Amino acid sequence: LSSGSEVSLSHSNMSESAKPHHPSPQGKGEKSHGGDFSYVGIDAILEQMRRKAMKQGFELNLMVVGQSGLGKSTLMNTLFKSKVSRNKSVQSNPEERIPKTVEIKSISHDIEEKGVRMKLTVIDTPGFGDQINNENCWQPIMKFINDQYEAYLQEEININRKKRIPDSRVHCCIYFIPPTGHCLRPLDVEFMRRLSKVVNIVPVIAKADTLTLEERDSFKQTIREELRANGIDVYPQKEFDEDAEDRMINDKIREMIPFAVVGSDQEYQVNGKRLLGRKTKWGTIEVENIAHCEFAYLRDLLIRTHMQNIKDITGSIHYETYRVRRLNESNGHLESLLGSLPVKRATVFW
Amino acid sequence: MASTEIARQAGEGVRAVPLAGHVGFDSMPDQLVNKSVNRGFCFNILCVGETGLGKSTLMDTLFNTKFEGEPTQHNQPGVTLKSNTYELQESNVRLKLTVVNTVGFGDQINKEDSYKSIVEFIDTQFEAYLQEELKIKRTLHSYHDTRIHACLYFIAPTGHSLKSLDLVTMKKLDSKVNIIPIVAKSDAISKSELAKFKIKITSELVSNGVQIYQFPTDDESVAEINSTMNSHLPFAVVGSTEEVKIGNKMVKARQYPWGTVQVENENHCDFVKLREMLIRVNMEDLREQTHTRHYELYRRCKLEEMGFKDTDPDSKPFSLQETYEAKRNEFMGELQKKEEEMRQMFVQRVKEKEAELKEAEKELHEKFDRLKKLHQDEKKKLEEKKKTLDDEVNTFKQKKTAAELLQNQAQQAGGSTTLKRDKERKN
Repeated sequence: LSSGSEVSLSHSNMSESAKPHHPSPQGKGEKSHGGDFSYVGIDAILEQMRRKAMKQGFELNLMVVGQSGLGKSTLMNTLFKSKVSRNKSVQSNPEERIPKTVEIKSISHDIEEKGVRMKLTVIDTPGFGDQINNENCWQPIMKFINDQYEAYLQEEININRKKRIPDSRVHCCIYFIPPTGHCLRPLDVEFMRRLSKVVNIVPVIAKADTLTLEERDSFKQTIREELRANGIDVYPQKEFDEDAEDRMINDKIREMIPFAVVGSDQEYQVNGKRLLGRKTKWGTIEVENIAHCEFAYLRDLLIRTHMQNIKDITGSIHYETYRVRRLNESNGHLESLLGSLPVKRATVFW
Repeated sequence: MASTEIARQAGEGVRAVPLAGHVGFDSMPDQLVNKSVNRGFCFNILCVGETGLGKSTLMDTLFNTKFEGEPTQHNQPGVTLKSNTYELQESNVRLKLTVVNTVGFGDQINKEDSYKSIVEFIDTQFEAYLQEELKIKRTLHSYHDTRIHACLYFIAPTGHSLKSLDLVTMKKLDSKVNIIPIVAKSDAISKSELAKFKIKITSELVSNGVQIYQFPTDDESVAEINSTMNSHLPFAVVGSTEEVKIGNKMVKARQYPWGTVQVENENHCDFVKLREMLIRVNMEDLREQTHTRHYELYRRCKLEEMGFKDTDPDSKPFSLQETYEAKRNEFMGELQKKEEEMRQMFVQRVKEKEAELKEAEKELHEKFDRLKKLHQDEKKKLEEKKKTLDDEVNTFKQKKTAAELLQNQAQQAGGSTTLKRDKERKN
């Protein structure tokens, strides 16, 4: 902690017995002989916050959406360097492989790194886009997301509520775009258009090792144009940039999305190092090499730099939007919401 | 839920999985801290104590600045609470500090109701937060939190025991706010008396069931220092903003003929301990306790109160729903008001634009008229010039005709030789 730091003062008066006050800021000269003793210690609160965060741990809920075979589970396992997602369809019976409807499968794991504990929940959506008729296949997903908002809201308006409301809200939905190289399919547009309104969507080009760099860039450009044309706001949304610095960083990201990714949980020897990759007859694709694919950018965005921001937007924007809508609904629905409040005595509440 | 299946890991226990490499989420505490730094922090301290116990001076000393205010008079009719907000900054941390003072506490002859305005003030802050939380469209992340995080209770340095006013007040406050009792102006008591005083105070608090704030001992990194400090409560403090030269340093102190009391000398008083506990170690915990314990208790009581307005078991109490309906109406009302404002603004803008255009039109007309006049003037001038020119041409023609006439006459009179000569000349 620094010594001899300055405490500067500016004043605003919120007095109940209003008296006009004139600020008398300490001149810098008067502080200079304070030496060590002018240090108040306000900045120690950062350390206190850090301690509290380490003790409490973090929660992260990621949803993966895309047709089967696009490498969703593998990508999750690559991102978190452990088996956090199990691809049942690879192991089980071929007949059982594709579910008849969209299922929502949620798996949680406790992971820890350098003393930081995190409860990671991966929500898989097998069956999405796999049917012959995929109409409304987004509905179960929408419902799941809204159900989590509902659960949070219910807990929040309880009279007796928990110290920390368990957060099962979907913080980010990773949408897997098949690497056709042409353009978005109607299903992609429909899904992203609807869901970008309720959850943060991060679209990725899956299995990008089938695209050359030129094909990849033109595909990305087409996708970005189509997203724009359809008014789809994916993460990071322009309207939520907090300040100029934010905007600058996020503009760079917006020019690069969707990230073209390759996933792998196998390590290979490359140039004397063991790296995660995919080995083919014409070479080994290094997953974490940005010259080969953009996995590292996705990992940095989701985990290393924007994780807190993703959770903030979920909590302060998407959840609040849901809450406003819910609380504005007609009487009947409101009753059902408030009717779940616990009763202290045996009197009838509703 | 026919079309969805939500399958969870078997059993409640979430499985722990080892990581095969560096993932990078160890940056999460940093991300969280950065966000908080950008937003800034809020800390609200309530100082309760009789007039003249050095509350303002202590605040000045703690935060190393000169806050505003003149010493208050002793003739206040009741207890009022005066709050001031200051923005402090240290390195990259911005703190919005609110200091609330109890003015006139302990000055009245009848002090039975003294505690009431304090309790009311604390409740008002809780209520404001609750209202914001219940709003339909709310902005909790940018809400300026005015709830009291710490209450410094100033005990007069009598050396005997707690006054009944102190006991009553603290009892009323202990379920609403984190109380940190301190012995004010402790340079008035000798060391041995102070030790006895502290023991007496602590035992009186315990026997009266007053719950004061305990520095948390569950986190191992601060458990030791916190539990040590807990045993030093109440802190015996001395405040001073004046500096005295001791050795070759300037230190905050109070100078007496018989010696100098150094504020930051731990042998002289517990000021350093107070600063350490209040600011450097437990500020965040004080905020958290306020939110998760005291506020939750207030909220619970308030909501239950609203829910049980009508205790007849047959009728249905609708109070909570009424609240939300009221909130909804409020929300709709605000929306309408905003709409009206926007419409007014739009109408205003249209009017302004119209006026602008009219002004421009007028200017154009004037310009046109001016140009037209110029044009006419020019035309007139030209016509005059033309007339002058025509006149000249006519005059010239006349002269020419006259001259030719004269010449013909002269030739006829002069004979043919001149004619021949002219002819030859012409050829």
